[in-house]
Amino acid sequence: MIETKNRKSAWIAFLSVLCFLALVFGLDQLIKPTDKLGMLLIVLQKGSVYALAAVSMNLLNGYTGLFSLGHAGFMLLGAYTYAIFTIPDKNRDAVYQYFDAAIRFSIPEQLSKSMGGFGTALGILIALLLAGLVAAVLAWLIGLPVLRLKSDYLAIATLGFAEIIRAVFQWSKLGPVTNGSNLLKNFARASKFKLEIAGMKLSLSTFVPVLIATVSITLIVLLVNSTYGRAFKAIRDDEVAAEAMGINLARHKMIAFVTSSFFAGIAGATLAMVLSIAQANNFKSAMTYEILLMVVLGGIGSITGSVIGSLLFVAASEWWLRGLDSGKFLGIEAPTVFRNGFRLVVFSVIIMIVVLFFRKGIMGEKELPDLFRKKKKAPEKGEQS
Amino acid sequence: MSERKTMLQVENVTMQFGGVVAVNDLSMEVREGEIVAIIGPNGAGKTTAFNVITGVYAPTNGRVNFDGNCVVENYPHGKMKKNYLGEHAGLYSHVKEPTPDELTGLGMARTFQNIRLWKSMTVFDNVLVAKHLKRSSNLFSATFRSNRAEEARQRKETLELLEIVGLADVKDELATSLPYGKQRRLEIARALATQPKLLLLDEPAAGMNPQETQELTQFIGQIRKDFGVTILLIEHHMDLVMDISDRIYVLDFGRLIAQGTPAEVQKNEKVIDAYLGVVDDAEN
Ligand SMILES: Nc1ncnc2c1ncn2[C@@H]1O[C@H](COP(=O)(O)OP(=O)(O)OP(=O)(O)O)[C@@H](O)[C@H]1O
Ligand SMILES: [Mg+2]
Repeated sequence: MIETKNRKSAWIAFLSVLCFLALVFGLDQLIKPTDKLGMLLIVLQKGSVYALAAVSMNLLNGYTGLFSLGHAGFMLLGAYTYAIFTIPDKNRDAVYQYFDAAIRFSIPEQLSKSMGGFGTALGILIALLLAGLVAAVLAWLIGLPVLRLKSDYLAIATLGFAEIIRAVFQWSKLGPVTNGSNLLKNFARASKFKLEIAGMKLSLSTFVPVLIATVSITLIVLLVNSTYGRAFKAIRDDEVAAEAMGINLARHKMIAFVTSSFFAGIAGATLAMVLSIAQANNFKSAMTYEILLMVVLGGIGSITGSVIGSLLFVAASEWWLRGLDSGKFLGIEAPTVFRNGFRLVVFSVIIMIVVLFFRKGIMGEKELPDLFRKKKKAPEKGEQS
Repeated sequence: MSERKTMLQVENVTMQFGGVVAVNDLSMEVREGEIVAIIGPNGAGKTTAFNVITGVYAPTNGRVNFDGNCVVENYPHGKMKKNYLGEHAGLYSHVKEPTPDELTGLGMARTFQNIRLWKSMTVFDNVLVAKHLKRSSNLFSATFRSNRAEEARQRKETLELLEIVGLADVKDELATSLPYGKQRRLEIARALATQPKLLLLDEPAAGMNPQETQELTQFIGQIRKDFGVTILLIEHHMDLVMDISDRIYVLDFGRLIAQGTPAEVQKNEKVIDAYLGVVDDAEN
């Protein structure tokens, strides 16, 4: 009985994801970035990147109960790895103006020589995976000493790591690799992604980032619902009991931390792909806090919540509240009030209200399929302890 | 009895916290298939003894053998060398400090005095997670669901276990929404899910009324039969202890003050002075 019920909701989820991807693909063709609705594409692109970042953070902070604040650092690693390995040869000297580029190898370019367009796509995929792997390896190195300590130390250590990594990547001695404090550009970016079939040019600029995020989030969902995901939750709920029931804490915490960082790396790479630039200075700890806020808004311990939280967050900050900065909002013209910076003020107030009055976030611990199930009364969490 | 093999052997275990010697030179033995009880007044060091046996604390001195192998050993070294207040300081010379999960893997499982169920999970998942230890799937086979057969088998075993312990009808409830007695029973079921040879129960009847205690007594006897486990338990309910224990160890201020069959222990003057008299007072 359990099996058939699970299978049914798995199918529902699978079909809705397919429909969503088809819709995004359609929008990609119908809307041009310069249109009035072009903002929608940008929200979808950035929103899906942040959704992946938030879900991967939730895997660690929400599901395993390990509080880490290094997300921006792992995203930076991903963004740079991706950018460095996809800058075509001919652009390289222009990008590395002040340095002699050390890595002269664009994976998509090399593969396209023998395999054409498919090689380019494959190369981009490999660069993405490499971005995840670099972040994962660094996470492993940090995790070795830090995960043995109490979890408060993890937050401090990862926060420190993120700051150090940002400084290191701007260090001029590493310029031949990282381009110092200058930005990386002209690598494989989303705005250039196209598919040509039978003379038709189909835009993939929004579809590809959304697809990357969707596939990654699906993998995280599968992990969370597997026997490992349940072990993570056991560690979060009661570490002592988990260990007594045979769950190796060091090993499972490491798995959660490395997996979370792997997907943070992919999110960083996709962000670079969407923004067309990679610059260390953009990956400040403020970015980590923003992602943390999306997780909290959506509900800690709900993947659906993280996705909704990030999409709303990006839509509000990039689109709906734009008018607050440019003189006209909801038809009211007040250039003296609605000027640069006002949007951030309003935005912060909204977030404070949400965090104060919706403690459990939008979804609590519920997931999408739960919304279609019959309501079952569950005891209030606060009452126990 | 005596020809049965030794399941657990505790040798000269001393556990010192700062200047407090919580367990002082404890030696005891549990043979296969036995039900053995540890009793003693509050703060006697019973739970601490459990924590040493199950790997939560490394002892300050002493050794624990389980199922024929030395699994835990330590001696006063480093800072403790100067500060050690116990005996037999020179008897042991090796350090063996496994983590609790390693010992669970070898076949020990325990319950907790202050119930420690996973509170966000259902009754079913609480038991299922304890089977994680027995899985052969790795991260990838689990994520990509190529471990379906194993997952299905573990789910079936979980359901069967819940049926045996009488919790199948509440399997989809949140573990912490159960009444107290059932939570204790669930903790035992969860421990059994790891397929232990030795089951350690820390005050399984705490907070239960006489009726529930009676049921629990039968339940513990039944588990020994059905699962073929050896049981070491800590308990303050004397009816339960005297009823089901083959042998009893009595601790007071960290020291073993008596041991023997229930009949022997009940007659022991020291035990009556230190503990049984007090219990009778307390229960009246
Ligand atoms: N981690 C620790 N650090 C310091 N002292 C401890 C620690 N754990 C236990 N103790 C001390 O060791 C002594 C024995 O405690 P323990 O919990 O083993 O008693 P107990 O026999 O289980 O008592 P109860 O019947 O109340 O459960 C107590 O004095 C306690 O304060
Ligand atoms: Mg105790």
